[in-house]
This record gives sequence, C-alpha cells and structure tokens, in this order.
Amino acid sequence: MNQKMKETILNPILKGNPITVLVLGICSSLAVTVEMKGALVMALSVTLVTGLSSLICSLLRKTIPNRVRIIIQLVVVALMVILVDQLLKSFEGTYPIDKQLSVYIGLIITNCIVMGRIEAFALGNKPIPSLLDGLANGVGYGLILIIVAFFRELLGSGTLFGIPVLAKLGYVNNGLMILPPMALILIGCIIWVQRSIQKDLQEK
Amino acid sequence: MEYISLFVKSIFVDNMIFAYFLGMCSYLAVSKNVKTANGLGIAVIAVLLITLPVNYLLNKFVLQPGALSWLGPKFAEVDLSFLSFIIFIAVIAAIVQVVEMVVEKFLPSLYSSLGIFLPLIAVNCAILGASLFMQQREFANFGESVVYALGSGIGWYLAIVALAAIREKLAYSNVPAGLKGIGITFITVGLMGIAFMAFMGISI
Repeated sequence: MNQKMKETILNPILKGNPITVLVLGICSSLAVTVEMKGALVMALSVTLVTGLSSLICSLLRKTIPNRVRIIIQLVVVALMVILVDQLLKSFEGTYPIDKQLSVYIGLIITNCIVMGRIEAFALGNKPIPSLLDGLANGVGYGLILIIVAFFRELLGSGTLFGIPVLAKLGYVNNGLMILPPMALILIGCIIWVQRSIQKDLQEK
Repeated sequence: MEYISLFVKSIFVDNMIFAYFLGMCSYLAVSKNVKTANGLGIAVIAVLLITLPVNYLLNKFVLQPGALSWLGPKFAEVDLSFLSFIIFIAVIAAIVQVVEMVVEKFLPSLYSSLGIFLPLIAVNCAILGASLFMQQREFANFGESVVYALGSGIGWYLAIVALAAIREKLAYSNVPAGLKGIGITFITVGLMGIAFMAFMGISI
C-alpha cells in the first residue's frame, strides 16, 4: 500500500470528513441517530452504496457521455440502494427494521455524499482507488453517525444497543436528547471540537 | 376538514426540515441570504406540487401490490413496489428538467437568479422524501397528496427564509472561532427545531 492509497483512505475519515467538513449528506443521517442500532444499519448501508456506486461509475467513466451523466449516476445509485433495501428486507425476520428507517434507506439515493464522491473522485480515477474512496467516505459518515447515536441513546434512554447502562446508577432519562433537534446541536458541538483541534479548518 | 388538518400538520408539525431533516444539504448551503433562499423555496414548492401527485398516481396504478389489476385479472398478483425508488427518482429528475426549461423560456430573470440551484432540486431529499412518505402513509385520495405537497413545500419555504434571515444578522455577532460558519448554523437550526416542537400535537 503506497502513500497515495493511504491518504485516499484516511482523508475522508478525519480531515475531509463528509459531515463535519464538507457538510454533505446531513439530510438522511440525523433522524436515524436516536439509537445505536439504527445508526449502525444506516452507516453500513451508506458505506456499501457509496463504495459500490463509485466502483461502477468509475468502470463506466469512459463510456458515459458528459451531458447525461447525472441521470446515469442516479440510476446506478438507485440500483445499489434497491439492492441494499432488498438485502435488509430479506433479514427482516431475524432482525426487524423500523418502518421509519426504511424511508431513510430509500433516501440514500439523494444523499449528497454518494453523488458528490462520484462527481469529484470516481469520474477521474481508476476503479480500485474509487472503491476505496467510496468506502472510506461511508466510514467517515458512519463514524459521526455512531458518535451522535451513542450520546443520544445513552443520555436519552440510558441504554446502548437496547441494553440498560445508566439505569442502575440512578440516572433520570433526558427526554430532550431523543427529540430530533438535539442531533443538530450535537453535530454542531462535534464540529466545534474538531475545529478547535484542527485550527486550519476554521472559517473566517 | 381533513384537508385543512393535513395542511396545517404538514407545514408545522411534520415540518420537512425540523421534524425529518429532509433537504438539509441545500438548506444549509443556500441560506446565506434571504433573496436566494426565497427563490429556492418557491422552486421547491413548485417542484413538490408537480412531482408528488404524479408519483401518487404512479404508486396507485403501477407500483402498489395489486395496482396493475386494471390491466386484467392476470396482473392482480403483480407487486412492483421494489421499483419505487428508481421510478420516483426518474420522475423527479425528468420533471425538474422540464421545470428548468419552462422557467428558462418564460421567466428568464428568475432563471438567472436561481442558477445552479434549480437543477440541484432533483437531488433534494425533501422531494424524494415527500414521495416516500406519501407511499408509506397510504394517502386515501388524490386530493390529500396535493394538499400534502403544498403543505410540506410551504413548511420548507418558511424554514429556509427564517434561517436565512437569522444568518444575515448572525454575520455581525462575535462567535467563538471554532464555531464560526457551519458550526453555529447547526446549533441555530437545532434551537429553531426546539421552538418548532411547540406545534407538536396540534390538530384542527
């Protein structure tokens, strides 16, 4: 593994994180962070979709005419999302999925991370680096999702993956954490922490 | 009466931004000043008003399980619902293209002020999200889908204009360095979301 590959993988996770730095893909991400389970499913689905659609678009990059590329990209992404959706549905018996979450799985199609990475990376690079870039961006997105879900589930319902953690310590659940606006405020705080450490990211 | 209740509910209670975080990417990117926010908000209302009823009809007569029974008894068993993502996004992309051409021909001044944001509405999650919610909630008739489209469009419009007005004023305040720009915007949206929670449970 050479230096460039390493950078392709590590950059989206910290320095060019899709959520906190590029501000992409906020849309479908915040509503699924009430509990760790939903966040994990969403993170895995997005990683799979970004990786595979970057790979396919990169393989097709020399044959796609420039003028109709958005439609072709949307079709590729929609196909991948249908695959992931059917995959999740096939496990429904053993691992039931919330009906609300299934809407957000469909919304991965319009998740800006997927389209953004195809436009910015996959169309100008070879298939293998594109696959890695897609997967790494999915991981960077999932990381933020899981951090937010960790705090929201722990402080909101006192559990982690549904297992009671804080209840024994006499913690009273904070209902505010379960409400949707807290996800935004938590991401705001994550951005604050990250930009206080990496000062070059600060806006003027 | 149900129409009024659904209308008010889709504007305030089920607000696309504050309750479901849909269309967040363009919401954060385009809310720097009131004028462009205004234009984008109106374009979103227009596109929602056209796409949602069209997708409702497609869902009712093509995609739903058993929807094809009007073709004859042989088709009564057919379930095409797995195709809904790709059909919905294709309809949205096509209609956005048509709206863009119409606006360019008849309202050139609005066209030049909206610029790149008009084609980007195709990947606005609020549009696809509204179609998916329509499918999930199983609206009873065509009228309800029109009212829901108008209500959620107006809700989105109100949200983006309000945020743009706040951000215009925010430019003059003394924000901590790490929070400047996108960080404080996240927290502002979170606080606005908490304010919108006051509408919860309202029914007419």
